[in-house]
Amino acid sequence: MNRDILVPLASGTIFGAGLTIGGMTDPARVRGFLDLFGNWDPTLAFVMGGAVLVMAVAWLIQRRMARPIFAEGFSLPDRSDLTARLVGGSALFGIGWGIAGLCPGPGFAALAIAPGSAAIFVIALLVGMLAVRLVEGQG
Amino acid sequence: MMLPGFLDAAPLAGLAGGVMIGLAAAIMLLGAGRIAGVSGIAARAFGLADGSQPRSQAWAFVIGLPLGALIVMSLTGAAAPAFASPALLVIAGVIVGVGTRLGSGCTSGHGVCGMSRLSQRSLVAVATFMATGFATVAAMNALGIEVLS
Repeated sequence: MNRDILVPLASGTIFGAGLTIGGMTDPARVRGFLDLFGNWDPTLAFVMGGAVLVMAVAWLIQRRMARPIFAEGFSLPDRSDLTARLVGGSALFGIGWGIAGLCPGPGFAALAIAPGSAAIFVIALLVGMLAVRLVEGQG
Repeated sequence: MMLPGFLDAAPLAGLAGGVMIGLAAAIMLLGAGRIAGVSGIAARAFGLADGSQPRSQAWAFVIGLPLGALIVMSLTGAAAPAFASPALLVIAGVIVGVGTRLGSGCTSGHGVCGMSRLSQRSLVAVATFMATGFATVAAMNALGIEVLS
C-alpha cells in the first residue's frame, strides 16, 4: 500500500471516528439539531464549530505551501459563481437530511453501526447520484 | 458536561468529534491536496463523477469512514442508535444523492471545508441546506410524522 492510498484512508478513518464521537451517526442527534423550533439540541453546532476552526488553520497553512506533502499539486474548487443549481441542489439536500437525519458521511460511517439501515440509505444515495449523472450526461 | 438549558446536548463530545473531523479534512488538504467532501469523493469512487482524483484514492477515503466508526463503536461499546424506516431511508437517500450532486457538496465539502475557507458558494449552500433542514423537521413534526421510534 502506498501513501497515495494511506493519506485518504487515514483521513476517512479519522473522519468516520469523529462523526461517530460527535454524534452525527445518530439520526436522533442530527434531527434534534434540525428541530430548531422544537426541542433543539445544539450539539452539532459544536461539531461543526470544532471542525471549521481546525480547517481554518489548515487553510492558513495551505496558503504557505507550494504543494501538498504527498501529491504533486493542489486540486481545489475555484468557482465563485452562485447558481440556481447550487441553491436548488442544496435545498434538496437539506430536505433529505431532515427526513432521515443522515447526510453522506454519516451514511457511509453507519455501515459499521447499523449495516441494514445504512446500506438502504447509501444505495438510495448512489441511485440519486446516478440519476443526476444519467440526466446530465458525462462531463 | 451539561449545557444549561439543553439537557440532551453533548457539547464536549461534539467538539471532540468536530476537531477530529477537522483534522481528517486537514490531512486530506495538506497531504493529498484535496477537499474532504464525502458526496464528491463517494461519487468519484463509484464512477458517478468525473475528476482528476484516482478512484483508488476515493475508495480508500470511503472505506475509512465505516472503519473509523467501527473502531469508535468497539472502543466505547455503545449500542446502535435508532434509524428511520426503510421507506423513509430510501426517500431521504435519493433526495440527498440528487441534491448533493446538483449542489456540488454536502455537510463536509461545503460545511467543513468550504465555510472554513469563506467560500461564497459554500456559505450560500450551507445557509440553504440548513434552512430546508430546519423547515423539513418542523413540517414533519407539525404533521405528526414520527421518524425514529
